[in-house]
Amino acid sequence: MGVYQEKPALAPPNSTTGPIAWVRLNLVSTPLNTVMTLIAIYALWQLLPPILNWAIFDANFAGDDAAACSTSSGACWVFVKTRLGFFTYGFYEEAERWRVDVSFLLLALVIVPQFFNNFPYKAWIGLAGLTVMPIVTGILLLGGVFGLPAVETHTWGGLMLTLVLSFVGIVAALPIGVVLALGRRSEMPMIRMVCVTFIEIWRGVPLISVLFMASVMLPLFLPEGWTFEKLLRALIGITLFQSAYMAEVIRGGLQAIPKGQFEAASALGLGYWRSMSLIILPQALKLVIPGIVNTFIALFKDTTLVLIIGLLDILATVQATIVDPAWRGVSTEGYIFAAFCFWVFCFGMSRYSQALERKLHTGHKR
Amino acid sequence: MTKNPDATTDTVTKAKLRNGNDVAKEDVIQLIDMNKWYGNFHVLRDINLNVHRGERIVVCGPSGSGKSTMIRCINRLEEHQKGQIIVDGVELTNDLKNIDKIRREVGMVFQHFNLFPHLTILENLCLAPIWVRKESRKEAEARAMHYLERVKIPEQALKYPGQLSGGQQQRVAIARSLCMEPKIMLFDEPTSALDPEMIKEVLDTMVELAEEGMTMICVTHEMGFAKTVADRVIFMADGQVVEENEPHEFFNNPQEERTQKFLSQIIQH
Repeated sequence: MGVYQEKPALAPPNSTTGPIAWVRLNLVSTPLNTVMTLIAIYALWQLLPPILNWAIFDANFAGDDAAACSTSSGACWVFVKTRLGFFTYGFYEEAERWRVDVSFLLLALVIVPQFFNNFPYKAWIGLAGLTVMPIVTGILLLGGVFGLPAVETHTWGGLMLTLVLSFVGIVAALPIGVVLALGRRSEMPMIRMVCVTFIEIWRGVPLISVLFMASVMLPLFLPEGWTFEKLLRALIGITLFQSAYMAEVIRGGLQAIPKGQFEAASALGLGYWRSMSLIILPQALKLVIPGIVNTFIALFKDTTLVLIIGLLDILATVQATIVDPAWRGVSTEGYIFAAFCFWVFCFGMSRYSQALERKLHTGHKR
Repeated sequence: MTKNPDATTDTVTKAKLRNGNDVAKEDVIQLIDMNKWYGNFHVLRDINLNVHRGERIVVCGPSGSGKSTMIRCINRLEEHQKGQIIVDGVELTNDLKNIDKIRREVGMVFQHFNLFPHLTILENLCLAPIWVRKESRKEAEARAMHYLERVKIPEQALKYPGQLSGGQQQRVAIARSLCMEPKIMLFDEPTSALDPEMIKEVLDTMVELAEEGMTMICVTHEMGFAKTVADRVIFMADGQVVEENEPHEFFNNPQEERTQKFLSQIIQH
């Protein structure tokens, strides 16, 4: 029988760590993989230079009319530059656009701290973003009080309209979704029935038809003289529609929480609402962050559908300008710009959700 | 009577109550002809049980015999359909106020601990005292640390449940119940989900608690615990109380055939 001796830890062989190992493992691990790598390199070599040439090296950035773009074959970013105001504010009166800028700034001030882990008063800033900020920006954008001239909502458009629709949709759909999800799991048959009916009706119709109904049909049913803003109607339609989806996402999370959690809370004397808000929902919502953000992203992109009821979101403003006879052949630039704007926000939401998941992960199994 | 901030004097009086024969034995839990059905299945049949203040009761029996269901009825995690349950003078009915009142006085420890995984140990312990008993955070934290010391894991206060071993988690669960200063503790197979080397630390905690005079009803398969701690052992089978006796008699001289069979089966291993 030998004597136990602890063996010293050795450094791993060169072939398992470092860049060479990475290349071996990821690029040339099998013959098929090697072929794929070569094809990918060839494709990049063929595609990348023309794209870069078009978008950057041959592109036109200077100037302020269509003539500036006739000099080269690259992208005509001059078009986007000259129309940026329209893409951002729509028909919002030029003299009042500072109000939109201030609103953008407020939004950024609320959102940016949420990306940093130890930002002071982060939670309070977030809370203000959900309560005070919407009221302040609402007053700012609408005007009509405090000496601010009123700005009609039908002049709103572009990025600001997209952001207003998505922000209101997101902020309102989440709590309504939570209530619907709880209602659908309620033990009271009446409440459960109401929630199931609501969810299934809204989930069963396309958003386009909801928007149509809101803008065309609803006024027919309302009594004479009862009109309310087209924007408001679109907002309500989008919110209710998305809250039905949100409810189902959250219900998935609620179902994943073991019954024991609720029992433990009950045994400690916590009532239904406290058990839900302190124990069940924090866990359930955390579980379905990917699903919730997925719904948010879908909502953000679905706001483009307001085009069909005559509201000009950012995509619609782009579309409206590329038909301008003064500018020809700029549709690619316009659409790329719109796509880029959407991508920035959606990617931001995605990254935020991943950071949130990491942060809330407390390394537990139940 | 409901709130006694000084836990030590409370336990001392309880101990006196238990030891002094001159003090009339007060029933703190009464189950009178209690019946329960799951759909058509008759789970509990005419259960009659009186528990005195300070009494330690062990409930055992084969699985599916209704042991857990019975103690879960006592704090209304399960509803009974017939008969009466009276806890500390309050009858359990559909009245939410009574249910609340009873749940504040009855602590419960579960087989799977059921700690709240999104909260730290300290937050787990402070949550109910703050929200239900309306204590200040400082007060609740002080008591939480007191009980964490009692279960010998104060150094884990800021960790999350997932970072603790099963035995530690169960001790936290016991401490969490104690933070509500319950008069009665229910244990629903507290060691069944634990690895063998962790069972002892949980049982030790329970023995200490018993020695302090806590009224306890414990569903368990730990017969050693029953022998040393219990005042009375109750054997259940098929939803009925088959036999009850003080532990020495119960283990050495079981009267019913079912009991004998059950005991012979566990003692073999």
